[in-house]
Amino acid sequence: MKTTSKAYLNKAKELLKDLDLNQYGPLIALIVLVIISSFASPYFLKWRNITNVLRQISYTGIIALGMTFVIIAGGIDLSVGSMTAFVGGIVIILLNHFGGGMFAILIAIGAALLMGAAAGAFNGLIITKGKVAPFIVTLGTWGMFRSLTLYISGAGEFRSNSFLFPKLGMGYFLRIPIPVWVLLVMAIFYGILLNRTKFGRYACAVGSNERVAKYSAINVQRIKFITYIITGFNVAVTSVLLSSRLNSINPTTAGSGFELDAIAAVIIGGTALSGGTGSILGTLIGAIILGIVNNMLNLLGVSPYLQGTVRGLVIIGAVLIQRKRG
Amino acid sequence: MAEALVKTENIAKEFSGVRVLNDINVDIERGEIFGLIGENGAGKSTFIKIINGIYQPTEGRFFFEGEKVKRMNPFRAKKLGISTIPQEFNLVDHLNVYENIFLGQEHKKNALLLDQKRMKQLTRDLMEELEANISPEDRIDEISVAQKQMVEIAKAIAYESKLLIMDEPTTVLTSNEIDVLFSLMRDLSDQGVTIVYISHKLREVNKICDRVMVLRDGEFVSLKPTNEVTEHEMANMMVGRELNQMFPEMTTPREEPVLEVKGLSNDGLVTDASFHLKKGEILGFAGLVGAGRTELAETIIGIRKQTEGEILIEGEKKEISSPRRAVNNGIAYLPEDRQATGIITNFEVPKNITLISLKKYIQNFLISQKKERESTRKYIDEFNIQVPSINARLETLSGGNQQKVSLVKSLDTEPEIFIFDEPTRGIDVSAKMDIFNFINELVESGISVIFISSELEEIIGMSNRVAVMREGKITGILEGNEITEEKIMYHATGLEERVV
Repeated sequence: MKTTSKAYLNKAKELLKDLDLNQYGPLIALIVLVIISSFASPYFLKWRNITNVLRQISYTGIIALGMTFVIIAGGIDLSVGSMTAFVGGIVIILLNHFGGGMFAILIAIGAALLMGAAAGAFNGLIITKGKVAPFIVTLGTWGMFRSLTLYISGAGEFRSNSFLFPKLGMGYFLRIPIPVWVLLVMAIFYGILLNRTKFGRYACAVGSNERVAKYSAINVQRIKFITYIITGFNVAVTSVLLSSRLNSINPTTAGSGFELDAIAAVIIGGTALSGGTGSILGTLIGAIILGIVNNMLNLLGVSPYLQGTVRGLVIIGAVLIQRKRG
Repeated sequence: MAEALVKTENIAKEFSGVRVLNDINVDIERGEIFGLIGENGAGKSTFIKIINGIYQPTEGRFFFEGEKVKRMNPFRAKKLGISTIPQEFNLVDHLNVYENIFLGQEHKKNALLLDQKRMKQLTRDLMEELEANISPEDRIDEISVAQKQMVEIAKAIAYESKLLIMDEPTTVLTSNEIDVLFSLMRDLSDQGVTIVYISHKLREVNKICDRVMVLRDGEFVSLKPTNEVTEHEMANMMVGRELNQMFPEMTTPREEPVLEVKGLSNDGLVTDASFHLKKGEILGFAGLVGAGRTELAETIIGIRKQTEGEILIEGEKKEISSPRRAVNNGIAYLPEDRQATGIITNFEVPKNITLISLKKYIQNFLISQKKERESTRKYIDEFNIQVPSINARLETLSGGNQQKVSLVKSLDTEPEIFIFDEPTRGIDVSAKMDIFNFINELVESGISVIFISSELEEIIGMSNRVAVMREGKITGILEGNEITEEKIMYHATGLEERVV
């Protein structure tokens, strides 16, 4: 009997050794944060507050899922915020053009998803074929998408006349907001894509060591290209949900700062900024951590102007912790 | 007798409870060339890293010039006059040669300005002494690997060192460059500089060193003057058993060609290369470093673009424009630089092994991790790969085991043609023998092998035929009793006309 218990102990020790801090660190941080928050504010654990926080994070969370692939494969995408406004603007224009009914909604959504994927493909094409650094390319398109949005809008707001469209973004299913469902379903899909498919494995290989990947008969450029398409597609999903929630898109402010939140969620979630490893669950947790931090600052009455500072500190802190472990 | 330059007393080192070096007592005399040999993992690197301050010993004491060294660190080591030429280069790619040599100890004109003229002149003098054709203003990323090695050597002797540690400095050098290096080492030793020389090349150790110390599994095995010990004895002491036959019995290939390469060119790196490979044959590729052997292999497998020529596999013309096509056509390649192109160090063993052949493990769009593990276990048993656990990351494996994983990774694609590029570089005698035996098993099962190596002994011991390259061209294909060290060198250096 004694020997078996010893064997179990050894096995447990081994499991603990394999336990990757990068994987569980974010989860532990989240649990600690929830405990502190529930003591700090009586409103925090109210169902309404929780669903609110989850809804808020779902927009940048969905983008962050795509960003996870981009960063794992060794890239970065700064254009996602303005791309959100750009695609959102198109959604509203199409919606109004086709009369705002069910048919119009379906056309607008379909077109938006295609537009998003195409915008991502544009980033990916210049990065892979033009061999320009992702940071520079997406900094350029970040400016372009915002400017195009403003140009198309004529500096006014994109407003939808549809009564049906807002039901999507405002709606609930089983007491949970629809955007949150979308985020969860997409997270499961992308989690499988990352961990269990050839594409996910190759993306990690490309980000870990591009030359080894090339010598291992992996089409490195195609993998990178696809990660930008995924991100563009996800941006479009966010655009649809966001424009439907507001039934309008402000060309100046919509999606502004989303790139920062998305990248932050990915990094806080334990994905290495240098690429190679990462997790979708981590990104989801990272997004929730950011959401709770914002929520707490609101509940505690901290000036909204200071929230950016706190968020910045959280990001820097997460990267510092990553460094220490690495 | 004058006291030793370095004296260690019961030095031991543990890493998280594992003893990698145990109870080493040794005196290294002033001005001697001290050989240090052992298999990978024998503790050679750990020993020198204790001397140059990168590691702290767990136990024991260590004296330099008779004084006890309390806490050595790399900075103090440098101040005391201990320089190391590391196995991996430590040069800044986008700086010039002279800037690298004086990095951190620049000569200055005054408080603000550097004395570039003086540093360039000193560099020129050093290069002349090394008989290396390198200009002080060449950028590091523009010079060859052998030249980089020379810059590392120049960097180490530019500091007035008392103790010079050389870790495998000749791996990438040609025999001519090695001769220059050896005569320089003798000069330095005459001037009283002590040299610790680590190498897998036992012949060199025998030639240049005064004494040689053998380590095995972290234990001291022997320390003898080199004139009292033969190469064969050294090898036996390193491995701890009698080494009989280094190379396995050669097999006879069949007549039909599997691979035919006709007039293959690649923008100046490879010019008009033609050869064929028979089924079940080992075709050796010899030549000096930079002769274009790797470039030829990389052109065949589609990493580099072929500008002219054609490739036939079993008589059929094939367009191999990407590594994937090479895999699909049954060609596997084991790259020469395993860290840079062979394995992903932060991936676990199974993920590395299945990286090229991942398709085999897909069921309904998903990777079957069960199949991956099964296949990995099979390979671990078959090739005796030493791993802490099946899911260990590659960075935790020793060099020889990493090489085995790299090899298995290519093997898992079930190739008909296997190209090995320097498969034994930087690995120890018994791992080398494992690889030779493995190659032999491959050809016995009908797979055809291209074997690129800079070790003539290996080429001669293993190959049915030998192709020799020089400056991107195949200058000769030798068969039967033509395969001699002399003949190969004549073709490799371009002197064959004089002899024939």
